[in-house]
Amino acid sequence: MADLIQVQNLQTSFFTPEGEVRSVDGVSFEIGEGKTLGLVGESGCGKSVTSLSIMRLIPSPPGQIVGGAIYYRGRDLLKLNKEEMRKIRGNEISMIFQEPMTSLNPVFTVGNQIGEAIQLHQGLGKRETRAKTIEMLRLVKIADPESRVDSYPHQLSGGMRQRVMIAMALSCHPNLLIADEPTTALDVTIQAQILELIKELQQKMGMALLLITHDLGVVAERADEVAIMYAGKIVERGSAEAIFARPLHPYTVGLLNSLPGTGGKKKKRLDAIPGVVPSPLDLPSGCRFRDRCPKAAGICAEAEPLLSEKEQGHPVACYFPG
Amino acid sequence: MSLLEIRDLKKHFPVGEGLFSRNKGAVKAVDGVSLTVEEGETLGIVGESGCGKSTLGRTILRLIEPTSGEVVFQGKNLVAMSQRELREMRRQMQIIFQDPYASLNPRMRVGDIVGEGLEIHKLAKGKAKRDRVMELLHQVGLREDHYGRYPHEFSGGQRQRIGIARALAVNPKFIVADEPVSSLDVSIQAQIINLLQELQEKMHLTYFFISHDLRVVEHISHRVAIMYLGKVVEIAKSETIYQDAKHPYTRALLSAVPMPDISQRKEHVILQGDVPSPVHPPPGCAFHPRCAYREAICDKTEPPLDFAADGHGVACHVFGPIKRA
Repeated sequence: MADLIQVQNLQTSFFTPEGEVRSVDGVSFEIGEGKTLGLVGESGCGKSVTSLSIMRLIPSPPGQIVGGAIYYRGRDLLKLNKEEMRKIRGNEISMIFQEPMTSLNPVFTVGNQIGEAIQLHQGLGKRETRAKTIEMLRLVKIADPESRVDSYPHQLSGGMRQRVMIAMALSCHPNLLIADEPTTALDVTIQAQILELIKELQQKMGMALLLITHDLGVVAERADEVAIMYAGKIVERGSAEAIFARPLHPYTVGLLNSLPGTGGKKKKRLDAIPGVVPSPLDLPSGCRFRDRCPKAAGICAEAEPLLSEKEQGHPVACYFPG
Repeated sequence: MSLLEIRDLKKHFPVGEGLFSRNKGAVKAVDGVSLTVEEGETLGIVGESGCGKSTLGRTILRLIEPTSGEVVFQGKNLVAMSQRELREMRRQMQIIFQDPYASLNPRMRVGDIVGEGLEIHKLAKGKAKRDRVMELLHQVGLREDHYGRYPHEFSGGQRQRIGIARALAVNPKFIVADEPVSSLDVSIQAQIINLLQELQEKMHLTYFFISHDLRVVEHISHRVAIMYLGKVVEIAKSETIYQDAKHPYTRALLSAVPMPDISQRKEHVILQGDVPSPVHPPPGCAFHPRCAYREAICDKTEPPLDFAADGHGVACHVFGPIKRA
């Protein structure tokens, strides 16, 4: 199937008084129509900046997309003007964020806020907008949508707010939904509800999903493809089956090993990855993971390893994979 | 004798008690919790936001004054103590907080943060204090040259190490760890969990480990208590909870955890609805509106926490060790 979106060698930098921070440094991936890509990494690895770059929502200054291309159904989003980009946002590509409280405006009702998106993009009248809003709230399974439409965000629980955000994001039937840590702020039982809801809606509406998360468990359950990011680069990519069954990059292996096992796989000690993520202003030469890597050798400091396919469809950026 | 015994502990926060408003009721954050903690063990406390797990941890240390009940530590009831006696007891009982950014004074140097307890309890000063702080920094994996630095110079994981060193300074027996790894990245989380376990073995510490992360709790705890709306609904050995959970809430909670294992993609038991308000908890069993197994009795009578012979406690009419339904 054709790719819905192709990100090619994306580079996004922030120009700070201390110097250029290359938050996203040559990231490439593609997502097929209706597919789910899980983008995984720890704080500061550049996964959120990647998603904001796709939406062209990087605050500038200090940020700037300095290179690469983002093809959406063949059109390079980076070459569109503001007006054209506005038509893409919401209509074609939509986004939900981690914190459903700060992403909703506290002084407007949820109906108002969902309606705004519908009115703006679909040009419906007042009555139709309200009807459509209620329909969207019903779609995301909010009980009693006719009265909830007039609630303010503070009157809703965290899970309900995230449902409202999803209703808003999906109100114009986008082809790609970017979900940036959509369940991180939620309790585990509510997280399960929201993940299930996103899955159902994805099947119903046939949209693709870019799921950004630090939680390997969430990715294992939901993603078709997985990309692992470290310090601004994708270090490994592949099908979810391949990544979890045969992780190749030492960072991926380290991440999986540092999780507590359950049931029969309970471990006495966790295999932690030593050290910390390097400062983006002071990256090590060569491979950025080398000073935390158990396999590091001379060559790792000399030249940066490039993504190459050791296995079909499973590229990894490491001299000593597997 | 248990190191710590909590008897029917309650903490109710009044609602709407302002200058002009009348008292409208109370949030029953902790509503009749009884449990024991044995010396050298880790008791994990699990529950979702608002279930009262953090309030319980703080009420045990009397950082929050309990509404009623007893907290008996080494045979002495902390609730009945004067402030002076309490300060003496707190040498034995310390706490590690969740947010390593908010819990360290940004204007104090690391050495002073870690050494403050030593001065307050008059354990060491001057050179002796400095030596002890250096030893503590070393124990938690920090370097001696970190002594004179300020908290903002450290990463989240390192700050959590500072918080741990501060708690250890006075040689406590018992540590309340309130979500100590929740704000950390996975790779750093594992480092801190390993550190806590090493310290426990070396210093024979007892942990009261509060977390919402079931995977972490299973790993670190000897026994686990599950809380829902201010009450313990199930308590048992860690293996028992994870392999033979009885309470429908515990089972739903375990089922909801996403597993990083592709071969285990499973159908989740999805709980309907949200946790009810702790101001107006449902009558009978507080979980009954979300429970798939409820029977006639469940919205009328509250199920007590009944114990089986092996110490597995369950508060449920249907699945508890004593059948009432």
